[in-house]
Amino acid sequence: MAHKKSQLSDKIDINMTPMIDVVFQLMSFFMCTLKIVAPEGDFDIRMPLGKSASAVVDDQQVPPIRVKLSAGPDGSLAGIAMNGNPIADFNELQRKVVSLVGKGRGPDSLADKTEVEMDCDYGLKYANVVRAITAISGTVQDGQIVELIKKIKFTPPKAGK
Amino acid sequence: MAKKTSDPSSTEIDMTPMIDMTFQLITFFMFVMNFSEAEQDDRIQLPMSQLAKPVDGPVEKPITLQLTNKGSVIYAGELIGLRDVSGYLEREKSVMIDAGKEPNTATVIVRADGAAKTGEVQDIIKICQEKGFEKFALRAKYDEGR
Repeated sequence: MAHKKSQLSDKIDINMTPMIDVVFQLMSFFMCTLKIVAPEGDFDIRMPLGKSASAVVDDQQVPPIRVKLSAGPDGSLAGIAMNGNPIADFNELQRKVVSLVGKGRGPDSLADKTEVEMDCDYGLKYANVVRAITAISGTVQDGQIVELIKKIKFTPPKAGK
Repeated sequence: MAKKTSDPSSTEIDMTPMIDMTFQLITFFMFVMNFSEAEQDDRIQLPMSQLAKPVDGPVEKPITLQLTNKGSVIYAGELIGLRDVSGYLEREKSVMIDAGKEPNTATVIVRADGAAKTGEVQDIIKICQEKGFEKFALRAKYDEGR
């Protein structure tokens, strides 16, 4: 026991004060600069002027799917139609898209070549458009995103409010 | 000197747990800290989407246009009207051309409120198209699941 004590007193005493000062400085810096950012993501859309999906004529091109979203008087969603056929909800829209493009994925697959043209009423609330784009562009299966159609375009806006 | 350290009456505080904690906290704040200069505004309530997974890297040279539910646009922190967007974009375009870049290489990030009118979002896109921008990113808040 006595031997141990004498060993302890031989230990070099480190001055901790500057280190603790710096550490606290760093901590307060990180605490003050902390900005809580909600996770956000993008839907990429490439839309050059004057080229609506139907105007592009290409042998490789699959005819575009036209999705019509109509609005009620208060901007809520009143109806969905795909290529003129009415659709009950976004889940059904997604099922139809899946059955159209099949299971193939990759650079030359049907899902890659197909285009969707969105035709929305002026007053429609934007959240509905994002829900439609979500339904068209992919599904989440077991936490993994399965991509469907990536090429999404809008028809030119209609005048009037 | 030797006498001082061996003096049993001097109280020595054990710093180790405190330093451990402090380093833990520093590491936590360092990881949580976000250096990206993402433009976010409390006036915009983004629509939710399960597919809006956060992007890996920041978009190069983005132009962020935020549309409120009242139909006005927030550009560079300033509230402007939908009609004024064209003038601001013209300025962005000339800055880009001066830097030797084409406007069609830039991405326009559209942060529109979920309650905004779709027609107004399309109006913004149309104004951008007229100025030569053609890459758009519609931003949504990531919805973590059902």
